[in-house]
Amino acid sequence: MKLELRGITKRFGALVANNNISLTVESGEIHALLGENGAGKSTLMNVLYGLYIAEEGEILLDDVVQKFAGPGDAMNAGIGMVHQHFMLVPVFTVAENVVLGHEQTTFGGRLDLSSARAKVREISDRFGFDIDPDALIEDLPVGVQQRVEIIKALSQDAKVLVFDEPTAVLTPQETDELMIIMRQLAESGTSIVFITHKLREVRAVADRITVIRLGTVVGEASPTATNAELASLMVGRAVELTVHKNAPELRGTALSVKNLTVIDARNQIVVNNVSFDVQAGEVLAIAGVQGNGQTELTEALIGLQHHVTGSIELDGKPLRGYSVRRILDSGVGFVPEDRTEDGLIADFSIAENLMLDRSSGAPFVKGGNLQLGFRAKFAAEKIHEFDIRSQGSAMEAGRLSGGNQQKVVLARELSRELRLFVAAQPTRGLDVGSIEFVHTRIIETRDSGIPVIVVSTELDEVVALADRIAVMYRGEIVGIVPGNTPRATLGLMMAGEHAPETEAAL
Amino acid sequence: MSTIAESTAPVSAAIATTAQIRSWKIPITFGGFAVLSLILFVVLGRGQRGELSTFRLSEARDLIQLPEMALPTFATGVIIAIVLVLLAAASVWLVYRHRKIPIVLTILFALLFLVGFLAWAASGSTIPVPGLLIGTVTLSAPLIFGALGGVLSERAGVVNVAIEAQLLAGAFSSAVVASATGNPYIGLLAAMVAGALVSMVLAAFALKYLVDQVIVGVVLNVLVIGLTSFLYSQVLAPSANLNSPDVFPRLNIPLLSEIPIIGPVLFRQTIIVYIMYVAVAVVYFGLFRTKWGLRVRAVGEHPQAADTVGINVNRTRFVAVTLGGVISGFGGAYFTLGAVGAFNKEMTNGMGFIALAAVIFGQWHPIKATLAALLFGFATNLQNVLGIIGSPVPSEFMLMLPYVVTIFAVAGFVGRSRAPAADGKPYIK
Repeated sequence: MKLELRGITKRFGALVANNNISLTVESGEIHALLGENGAGKSTLMNVLYGLYIAEEGEILLDDVVQKFAGPGDAMNAGIGMVHQHFMLVPVFTVAENVVLGHEQTTFGGRLDLSSARAKVREISDRFGFDIDPDALIEDLPVGVQQRVEIIKALSQDAKVLVFDEPTAVLTPQETDELMIIMRQLAESGTSIVFITHKLREVRAVADRITVIRLGTVVGEASPTATNAELASLMVGRAVELTVHKNAPELRGTALSVKNLTVIDARNQIVVNNVSFDVQAGEVLAIAGVQGNGQTELTEALIGLQHHVTGSIELDGKPLRGYSVRRILDSGVGFVPEDRTEDGLIADFSIAENLMLDRSSGAPFVKGGNLQLGFRAKFAAEKIHEFDIRSQGSAMEAGRLSGGNQQKVVLARELSRELRLFVAAQPTRGLDVGSIEFVHTRIIETRDSGIPVIVVSTELDEVVALADRIAVMYRGEIVGIVPGNTPRATLGLMMAGEHAPETEAAL
Repeated sequence: MSTIAESTAPVSAAIATTAQIRSWKIPITFGGFAVLSLILFVVLGRGQRGELSTFRLSEARDLIQLPEMALPTFATGVIIAIVLVLLAAASVWLVYRHRKIPIVLTILFALLFLVGFLAWAASGSTIPVPGLLIGTVTLSAPLIFGALGGVLSERAGVVNVAIEAQLLAGAFSSAVVASATGNPYIGLLAAMVAGALVSMVLAAFALKYLVDQVIVGVVLNVLVIGLTSFLYSQVLAPSANLNSPDVFPRLNIPLLSEIPIIGPVLFRQTIIVYIMYVAVAVVYFGLFRTKWGLRVRAVGEHPQAADTVGINVNRTRFVAVTLGGVISGFGGAYFTLGAVGAFNKEMTNGMGFIALAAVIFGQWHPIKATLAALLFGFATNLQNVLGIIGSPVPSEFMLMLPYVVTIFAVAGFVGRSRAPAADGKPYIK
């Protein structure tokens, strides 16, 4: 089915999220929609899917103008969507999720799940998915959950399939498999819109590429374009894709973690017997697919997890079992992975956020009183030093852009006297300019002789920053390898395969 | 990514390594009760001069008469105390060996303690077992209706703290309408309408105006208590003919009502209780076997997922909450048409909150919630029966019993109880 978007404009108040966007996807074509986070890709697709109503423009399927009042209309017209955050009910089975909204019933209004099971099996067999229709979604790995999303769309006879950032949660191997599935689908005549900000994937699978920046189409490209060309089109200026750094100047082991095990509130072992060292002056990157224990590992380092066994020593002094306050005071800086939830208080001003972890004494507090003058001066300095684009230190942190919010967090954490710096997903959701800034800051921190741990699910970031890479899989460290390890090897390790020369790097 | 792998290897399995953490909750509870039974049955043991505790298993009008069971009070107490200590020791051993404590063991422990306690309390007198159980079912009826209403509402994602208000509104309007029309069946209808109206207010504020659902619920409870009390003193008290509905008689179901013990307990009840049996089955079937139920559970777990497949989240929630109100309101009619025969101020007396506890204790499942409500009903009726036979425990203490059971049940014994994921969260696109 041929899909055409003509002059779509979508506004949220004063913000124009999509400005006169036109796009054509031919039958059986994989059309990539490339753009940075916040460029308006997802808004456009939500318009296409009937979740938003566009102010201007029209949607055509096989040259017929469509009116979508809701997702139901879009689905009936043959549009299916694989959402970035899966739209699956975790406590339902695969079959129940697939039929939800289109249930067949038998006598007495009874739910007919056997036909749903048959449908799941049929589609699953067609693509070689091997999915049990009676498995609960919450028991399935994310890669399989995504396949359920695909089955869900196909079971409604979707002729246009939209993949919204589908690879964000996948291992490199799963990503490769997804590419094969997308090819298969396209060959069977399905039109595919592939939304992403990852250049590598676009070039591997797309037939045509449309680049969006700030809500506007800025150009088309062919998959033969180079990364640099695509990146400059996406960002609007020439971009430095690599981080400049010198060889690390190692100054001896600073952080030593031995046999660390973390058990979460549901009695699951989320970090399993993990041991590693970090030297002063190096970056240890912790790679792995989301949800393999990285979050809990960093939280254990900062004292946020409760059931922790094993030992954590910083400069020979034990840290495990101490309060967060005491761990911060012993010089640990921490950038949490969710900056809006854990990193900042959105309703507090920039200045207040900058002193969040220093409320216990001088120079910010004297005799129980906030030292407002000192705080304002401090905030002004940091806003200048970290290039935080704002309307002054009294502006609420929640009104800053993602990049500037992250700069506030970095400014707070890096302006203490540090003995260890832990950054979890430091550039998630940031624009390319902010990513450059954050990366440069992390390398500067390293070069000043502080041991740095960076947790990232983005292989690009891991490779760019790391002196050594620890790969986590199912709560264990699969191996610790040098920073120049080939991506293919890292990809295999992220899927749980041990690297052959693991020990050499230790 | 320049080369695409050829194989479609199976995707890695989910992370699900469960840690072996010993939970000492059950052994500690068992131990506590075992010690209590030693003190109560042995140290302070009654009947040391050979008194008997008699359990009467049949009522006088039963066709099949079971013999009375007479147990020597002290000996029974000692034996049960010893068995309980052994069971507690077994549970310690199981936990120490990282084994699960079977639910059968817990049930056995609870039953033995109960028998021991009854024997101890009834030293030298007789416990009417059928009476105890009949009262349990009768007293549980409003709790079960309330809990079913709560389950429906909360499964759809709207916290229903207003069960008390729905019960009270049902009780009031059924009394008035049944008295005015002289037809108790129309009274039942009125109770359903009243319950529905209360829950529509809840739904409107929760879904349309996105007010905190717990706050709306609490306010509704206070509002309905105030409103019914006001109307009672202003309207019902002066004109008694508006507050004298006919009470439903007990209907014996032929044959079934003659089964020993079970017959009198389950099949010599009023029509309200019979409708309750049907309601439990219908709510269970509706929630878990129909298209409608799948959608209700979907909007309560992941409303956005439901929205993206074209389900109208707020409409589904509104209907479920309203239906919940219909069921709770019906339960309110028990107080007036099923038991007392007149409306009194605040006559629901906190039953709505016990029903809410049954919802949570029953893990938001209609059948488990029914069992929980029965347990609470039993605790209430035990207090009544022991009061009548003259128990050695002070009646003030016995009055606490249902609430103590509730706290124990909700806090400790349920295990991990997981609410519907979107319970209490309004859906905003």
